[in-house]
Amino acid sequence: MNSWNRFVETFFNAKVMAKYLPDILYGTVVTIELAVLVVLAGLAAGLVLALVRSLAIRPLNWLIIFVVDLFRSLPPLVIIVLLYFGLPSAGWSPSSFVSTWLSLALVLMAFAEEIFWAGITSVAKGQWEAARSTGLSFGQTLIYVVLPQALRLTIAPLTNRTIAITKGTALGTVVALHEILGMASSAVSNSYNPSPLMMGAAAYIVLFLPVVVAARWIETRFAWKR
Amino acid sequence: MEEIVQSFFNAEIAEAAMPIVLAGLLNTILLSLLVVPLGFLGGLILAVLAQVRNPAVRWPLMAWVDFFRAFPPLVLLVLLFAGLPFAGVELGGFACVAIAFFLNTGAYYGEILRAGIESIPHGQVEAARSTGLSGLQTMTYIVLPQAVRNVLPDLLSNTLEVVKLTSLGSVVAVPELLFQARQAQSVTFNATPIVMAAVIYFLILWPVVRLLSRLENRAAAGRG
Amino acid sequence: MAYPIVAAHGIHKHFGQLHVLKGVDLEVEERELVFVIGPSGSGKSTLLRCLNRLEEPSSGSITVAGIDMLSPRTDINHARQHIGMVFQSFNLYPHMTALGNVMLALRKVAGKSRSEAEDIAQAALERVGLADRAHHRPAELSGGQQQRVAIARAIALEPRVMLFDEPTSALDPELVGSVLAVMRSLRESGMTMIVVSHEMGFARAAADRVVFMDHGLIVEQGPPAQIFETPAHERTRAFIGQIRQH
Ligand SMILES: Nc1ncnc2c1ncn2[C@@H]1O[C@H](COP(=O)(O)OP(=O)(O)O)[C@@H](O)[C@H]1O
Ligand SMILES: [Mg+2]
Repeated sequence: MNSWNRFVETFFNAKVMAKYLPDILYGTVVTIELAVLVVLAGLAAGLVLALVRSLAIRPLNWLIIFVVDLFRSLPPLVIIVLLYFGLPSAGWSPSSFVSTWLSLALVLMAFAEEIFWAGITSVAKGQWEAARSTGLSFGQTLIYVVLPQALRLTIAPLTNRTIAITKGTALGTVVALHEILGMASSAVSNSYNPSPLMMGAAAYIVLFLPVVVAARWIETRFAWKR
Repeated sequence: MEEIVQSFFNAEIAEAAMPIVLAGLLNTILLSLLVVPLGFLGGLILAVLAQVRNPAVRWPLMAWVDFFRAFPPLVLLVLLFAGLPFAGVELGGFACVAIAFFLNTGAYYGEILRAGIESIPHGQVEAARSTGLSGLQTMTYIVLPQAVRNVLPDLLSNTLEVVKLTSLGSVVAVPELLFQARQAQSVTFNATPIVMAAVIYFLILWPVVRLLSRLENRAAAGRG
Repeated sequence: MAYPIVAAHGIHKHFGQLHVLKGVDLEVEERELVFVIGPSGSGKSTLLRCLNRLEEPSSGSITVAGIDMLSPRTDINHARQHIGMVFQSFNLYPHMTALGNVMLALRKVAGKSRSEAEDIAQAALERVGLADRAHHRPAELSGGQQQRVAIARAIALEPRVMLFDEPTSALDPELVGSVLAVMRSLRESGMTMIVVSHEMGFARAAADRVVFMDHGLIVEQGPPAQIFETPAHERTRAFIGQIRQH
């Protein structure tokens, strides 16, 4: 009983929690902002790259494939560190927010492009031919015939990948971004108490668990037929 | 231009930093050799348990998996590294990485393997059971070998992510590739060591990405 | 006196609300070949699958070769060695060769050594005429060959009874004969067999008894000639008439 009390007193200390709640809330807002911007930019850029790729312009495709491969190969943390600590010597000093956002958006872009592209190529050739034979243009075929079928296939893997990459917002703490983990960590070292870390962990669960549960639901609804 | 070469591709600094960075590479490889099997094992346990139809097993299991899919691995790592000492448990950075990966990547491997297992037609299980094989034998000899093959691209893709994720070790002072590169950078005040680390990651992982991209596109085309 | 090697009494099976078997009694004597016919959905497969407990009966009793199949004390995996089963869809293990398919249970259930299991498996493949296909994967075999490997997989364990659930229904017509030939030779060697099938010619030639099932019950049974020529029940007559037309 005693040790249980001590445990609660240490890890869920009400006084410490009350004191640092505003900090954690501030960090939560930063995390949400960052996550939303990463998702918007990453998915949009990925879709644009996939559409450009479907134009089948050779040199452009090689470039796209290289960029995609690059950002699939590099660990996001390496990209963040490189942008934040490296770019200043090239004359541009992105803030920790911008470094983290840009890195994660590029990574999501790369994965999203691959998934969109796989979706587009999975639509049978006959679909293209049928649509074009009725007089639809390339763009019309893409928009009205191919993409609706492709997106259905992409939705489950895309959701999973987006969640995995968006969780990477926590990496921003390495470049002193004041998101949840960063705020919680500095609160721990200021208060000599782990309660803020528990609050931070709870904040992540509150933010991401509903998304994961929703993703599971989506996965069963739009399952890839293997 | 000159300045960019000086700060990102500085030959002198590269030469000096090379041994440090290579030591990091070695540790990244060792770390991967530890955490990939560990995560796979965790996933195997989860996926096999998920076959138990009993809701008393199923629901907690699903909650467990979803919890770790929702939880950023870095937060888990920091929680173990900075939180546990307050409970009197002081684990090294290395042990924290091992535990965090067992939990986090285990959940991902588990989902992949579960999908693989569920892709095997039930007739396979029935045929095996009709010859007297036990449930566990059926799983080991009939279901899992086919399941793993069916989800090989996904397993490979996840393994790639796990190897990339070992860079988180740098946050808890595990001297892997990124950590060593940052050490060298902070001594030399030059970004070249980090560029070196990035190039090494790229050279090693690019072939895997190429292979995956082919497998994924082939699978997608097959569905069409 | 011949005693029944299979004795199933009062078998009921529910799938949720659905009452699929409504009190089936079936006794099969040693060396007997019992042929089970009936409309699709009448519960034939479910009955067979209850006999080796792939399906758990809701109530009733089942004894096979003196083993109480439903007793919690029975080691069901051990008991299943004595009851071979052949499926409509073959269910060969695609990641193993024909030989590997036959050897697996010999090694893991019967506990044979590798070389012993290999000898037995090779002999079983020989019996079904596929000795030369031992090292082929299922994907490299025709449907008829796959089904014969599946038969070899079952008989290698030297079962006392063999269950066949529509073994030829998934086969192209020209491949049916090879599987029936194997079944006939099995029959001649004295194997006790329960066969669910629509192959009336085979039933006429080889069956000792034909059982007609409908709506989860055995409607009538008797020698093939009697069931096919002078069925007692209207439903049997209608069903046989339907089959004849095909
Ligand atoms: N696992 C199951 N779950 C629910 N219903 C089942 C299951 N297996 C069989 N049934 C139902 O039981 C009935 C009998 O099926 P079955 O024994 O396969 O018939 P038959 O082999 O005579 O065609 C059918 O209505 C079928 O839909
Ligand atoms: Mg049937």
